[in-house]
Formats: sequence, structure tokens, C-alpha cells
Amino acid sequence: MSTARADILDSIRRSLGREGLDAATEAGLRQRLTAHRRQIGLARTEKDHAELVTLFEDMATALAATVAHIPNSAALPGAVATYLAEQNLPAHLVVAPALQNIPWAERPTLTVRFGKAVNEDLVSVTPVIGAVAETGTLVLTSGPDSPTSLNFLPDTHIVMVNRSQITGRYEDVWDKIRDQGALPRTVNMISGPSRTGDIEQTIQLGAHGPRRLHILILDEA
Amino acid sequence: MHATSHAFVANSKNSLNDATLRKALGNMRGGFVNKRAATIAKVPEWEALRDTGRAIKDHTLAHLDFYLEAYEAKVTASGGVVHWARTAEEARQIVLGICRTVDAKTVTKGKSMIAEEIGLNDFLEQKGITPIETDLGEYIIQLRQEPPSHIIAPAIHLTAEQVAETFRKSHTHLVPDRPLGEHRQLVEEARTELRAKYFAADVGITGANFLIAETGTSVIVTNEGNGDLTQLLPKVHIAIASLEKIVPTLEDATTLLRLLARSATGQEFSAYTTFSTGPRRAEDPDGPEQYHVVLLDNGRSGMLGSEFQDMLRCIRCSACMNHCPVYSAVGGHAYGWVYPGPMGAVLTPTLIGVDEAGHLPNASTFCGKCEQVCPMKIPLPKMMRHWRERQAEAKLSPKAMRWGIGAWAFMATRPRLYRLFTRAVAFGLSLAARKKGRFTSLPLAGGWTRVRDMPAPQGQTFQALYAKRRSR
Ligand code: SF4
Repeated sequence: MSTARADILDSIRRSLGREGLDAATEAGLRQRLTAHRRQIGLARTEKDHAELVTLFEDMATALAATVAHIPNSAALPGAVATYLAEQNLPAHLVVAPALQNIPWAERPTLTVRFGKAVNEDLVSVTPVIGAVAETGTLVLTSGPDSPTSLNFLPDTHIVMVNRSQITGRYEDVWDKIRDQGALPRTVNMISGPSRTGDIEQTIQLGAHGPRRLHILILDEA
Repeated sequence: MHATSHAFVANSKNSLNDATLRKALGNMRGGFVNKRAATIAKVPEWEALRDTGRAIKDHTLAHLDFYLEAYEAKVTASGGVVHWARTAEEARQIVLGICRTVDAKTVTKGKSMIAEEIGLNDFLEQKGITPIETDLGEYIIQLRQEPPSHIIAPAIHLTAEQVAETFRKSHTHLVPDRPLGEHRQLVEEARTELRAKYFAADVGITGANFLIAETGTSVIVTNEGNGDLTQLLPKVHIAIASLEKIVPTLEDATTLLRLLARSATGQEFSAYTTFSTGPRRAEDPDGPEQYHVVLLDNGRSGMLGSEFQDMLRCIRCSACMNHCPVYSAVGGHAYGWVYPGPMGAVLTPTLIGVDEAGHLPNASTFCGKCEQVCPMKIPLPKMMRHWRERQAEAKLSPKAMRWGIGAWAFMATRPRLYRLFTRAVAFGLSLAARKKGRFTSLPLAGGWTRVRDMPAPQGQTFQALYAKRRSR
């Protein structure tokens, strides 16, 4: 075992001109770590819920995502099928296991597989844990019901957002995630489809991740 | 990366004579600069956000030992491993050691300035491991065997034609006369080439924009999604980060994220902000089986408590270089090492030594724009002056400059003589340039006039004008 760790910590303390911290200071810092105190946010998110939904839609659309509404979860397969037909995309889906209870079979034109994505998958459907109006950002967490590969491998990512999941600030989603225990392996904040400006600063969509991001807001939930 | 910072002056001359580079850098104003201004105009809280961000980093740096230990404990608790590296060499060896445990043949890489700082690619190649850059810009310059010229847009010095030419030369398995005239076609080709590589890689290496002590989390911010595929698909994920990337809580990271994208690309938020904590969980269907973090010091602990401590607040947004008149004239390569622009001019001498990089703090017009746009309010011009003072003390600055400053000091401390002399010079210059109002060459100022004109003074000194105005 090298002494790198001890050397670095020593060097930090030497530069700061002090020894280790006294107990009181340390207790204060621990308190800061667990207090989850929010800092300044943006006034644009101080709105009632209906306005936040509108803000979310506006921000997401500005990022080149598309947004549509569905009345309830039973309408999800129909809305997905319609979107894919409009876009001239194949009707083969890989779907997050979290959405297994949706009546997919009622839409026989769709073929559906549940689980993680493989390279050949062109369309995925996933839920979110939250949606942030501040910047039109979706928040997704990894787990057996929502594999991360669904968010990045397919060309088209379709996301179902319950209306009640739309909140103003990122911090609202942190609180929700903390309520479920320790952080999952991955928390993805997704704002629009994949893009790059690396060649002459001209924005191109679909650099490595999805070329299209379609958001379906479920109005009943 | 082999440093050529000592040759800044010669590097710059080459850059200034390079018409293609001028064209490529010309895209910067319409891109980053204008977009940033437009986005920030929509955030009336901007100044308060900056102050909050600065306070977070100052607080963290003052208790860096505590937060690093707290962070490490959380990483360990979530099944990951933290490796401490004093130097670049130690960091390289740690990465190699991890790669060897899985007998890695290829590694994919998300964008990481720390990987550049420790020269990771060359090292891995020497050891028989093939590194593959996946960020489009990094991929392009890797094919061209060039270093990045910008910290977030590594290929900003290239035109689309140059990229097309590079792809034709490198992707020899494709039809030679395929159309590559459009940006779209270039992006598609890179996407297809890289897809297969993600799946084949044994190890994925990313940087980290932040490390969060509260949860033991590393954060990456990308637009392409390449970093996500890099850390998702291989068996092993290594995040390499320097010490000062640490922040206490998710709330702190969130505040800094509100500053980062807006300052960098002028986006409200980047497309992908990803928080990684430990390896995949027992029930997870995907994700890496191993998660390692390499924590690099490389001189940073020594910056604490010094006049350069403020530099450790840097969140690598690139606003300072995007707005720098020197950077936009000479480009990033002239700076000769990993970090260009104003932040590089301050950081590089601390990391590779003032002997090698002593010219860089002089690469400034002291216009102050960098400090104005820096989201972390880092006093970059002041720190460049610190370096100059150190240089002057060590007599490292050029003789002509020391002589010139000495002469100026002699005059400036003798007000009457100063007024007389400046009046004569201003009058003389205005006479000499009467027709064009500018000089295309001037004795003693060849360094300036070779690449741009010198505007002629209006015939009166500032002091004379000032006196006249006041008496009105
Ligand atoms: S010094 Fe400031 S402006 Fe420059 S990269 Fe760092 S944070 Fe951004």
C-alpha cells in the first residue's frame, strides 16, 4: 500500500496551515452534509403546478424534444404506435420492465420486449423518476426495472412522464430519490436528444445517444 | 503530453499566419460567446448564483481533507474503490494496474482533461493497450494525432473540410469517394465507427466534473452521450479526477451545474448530466461490475493557502478562453500544453513549472474579460500578475522587457518629464500616420505590427485631453 493517501492529506493540511479539524468543526461539517439545505434557485420555477407543466414543455421543446399528452396509461401503446408511424420508424420496442403492466398487447402492431437494450434496438420506452421544469430535464434512475442502456443505445427514446412528476427544481427530484434510500448506480439527467457542436460549432443531433426524444405526459397521474 | 509552452511566442506566430485556423476560430464568437450571453440574460439570479458557487468552492477547499475522506468512505460503502495518486506517473500506473486485472486490450474514453494532463493515451499505447476517444472532437484529434486546443471543444481549431480529409485518411475500409461535405455526414460516420468500439472495450475511462462527498458520486456532463456509453458498457469504469473536483452535497453540485453549461456552451443545461455511485447493483441488468476513482493531486495540494488557491475553484467551463482576445487570435495549441487560455496561463506554470511555462502569464492584454465571465469569479488577471512578479523576481522575463519597464518607471516617477515626452511622442506619431490613421510597421513594435496594424494616437496625450475636459 503506498503512502499516497496520507501524503496528500498531510500536504493539504500543511498548505492550509493547520492540523486535522477539531471535533466541533467536524461536527458542523457533518451537519452540513446531511442537512440537504437548498441554495438559490431560479425565480422562473416559483409557479403553480399548471404553469410548471407548461414551462417544462416549453423548455423541453426548445431542446428539440417533442411532447404530447395522453389521458391515462392505457393510452400509452396507442400513442407510441402513432408516433412511430408518423416518424416512419419501426414498431419494435424495448421497454423498461417498470412498464410491464401497460396493456401493450392491445396494440398488435407493436412488438415489445422487456429488459435492457442491445445495439440493434431502435426504439425504447421508459418511465422517469422526475421531470424538472427549470430546464425541461428528465431524471431517470438505474435499477432492475429501468436499465440505463435504454436511455442511450436506441435511436429513439420515448419517455412517459406522469403529470404529477413534473416539479420546478432539480432539488425536488433529489429529495424524491433520497426518500428511496441510497443513490442507485446511475442517475441520468436528460435534456433533449444527444447532440454535438464539435465540428465548427454547428449543432447536430444524434451524436452517440438517441437522435429523437419523445415525451408523453400522462395527464391523469 | 510533451509541453511546448516555453515556445509560446513562436507557436503564436505560426498560429497567426495560419489562415485555416483563423477561419475555424472565427466560429467561436457566433457560437459560445453569443449563446452564453443570450442564456445568461434569461437568468436574473446570475450574480447571486456566482457568489453561491464561489462560496461552495471556498468552503470545500478550506476543508478539503475532511471532504475527501468523507467522499472516500461513501465510495467504499457503495462498492467502489478510491485510488490516491500524488503524481501523474502514479495515476498512470494505477490505471494500468486496473486495466491489467481484466487483461484489457482496448479502453474507450470519455473526455477527460486529467487524462490529457497525465498523458494517459500515449502511456497506455506503449503498454499495448489501445485507447479510443469517443467524444467526437477528441476522436477527430486522436485520429490526427494532435492535442486538444480547447478544454470543451477539442477540435475547435479545425474546419469541416479538415475533418472530412481526416476521416477519408483514417476510415480506409469505407468507400473512398463517399460524400462527406455536410456536417451531418461526418457525425454519422463517427457515430457508426464508434458504436462497435463501445461494446468491444474492456474498460471505460471518464473524467469527472464533480465528486460528491455526501454520496460518493462522480458526475459527468456531456452532450453526445459518449461518456455514458463509455461508462455503461465495459466491465470496468474508471473515473479520473483531480482533488479539487470535490463538492460536499448534491445541492452544491446542483448550484455549480446551474453555472457550468450556461458558462460553457450557453446551453441552459447540457444534454446529459450523469451521477454514478459505485458499480452496478446485484439486481441491475446493466452497468459496470467494477467502479474505480483515481484521485490526482499533481501539485494541487500545494496551491492551497498560496496566492493561486483561487484557481482551484475552476469548474473548467472554458468561458475565460472563449472570451480571451489572445486565445481567439492564437488558438489553444500555441499555449503548448493541456490547458490553454487564461485558466491555462495561470494553471500551467503551477503544474509544469514556471521555467517551462513562464511565457504564458504574459499572454494577456489584461483586458479583464476572463474574470468578468468566470462563473467562479476567479481573479485570473491578478494571478497572471503574481506570476509576472515571480518571474521578474527570478529575472526570468526578457531583458528588453525589464529594460522597457525600468525606463518607463524612470519617466513615470518624474511627472513633468513624462508629460513632455508623451506629448512629443503622441504628436510625432499622429503626424507620421496622418493619412491612414494607423501604422503597418513601427520601429521597436515589430512584434505587434507584423500581424496587425497599430492605431495612431489622435495627436494629444490622455493627460492633455483630460485636463481640457475638466476645465470645460
Ligand atoms: S477559470 Fe473560470 S472561466 Fe475559466 S474555465 Fe475555469 S471556471 Fe471557467
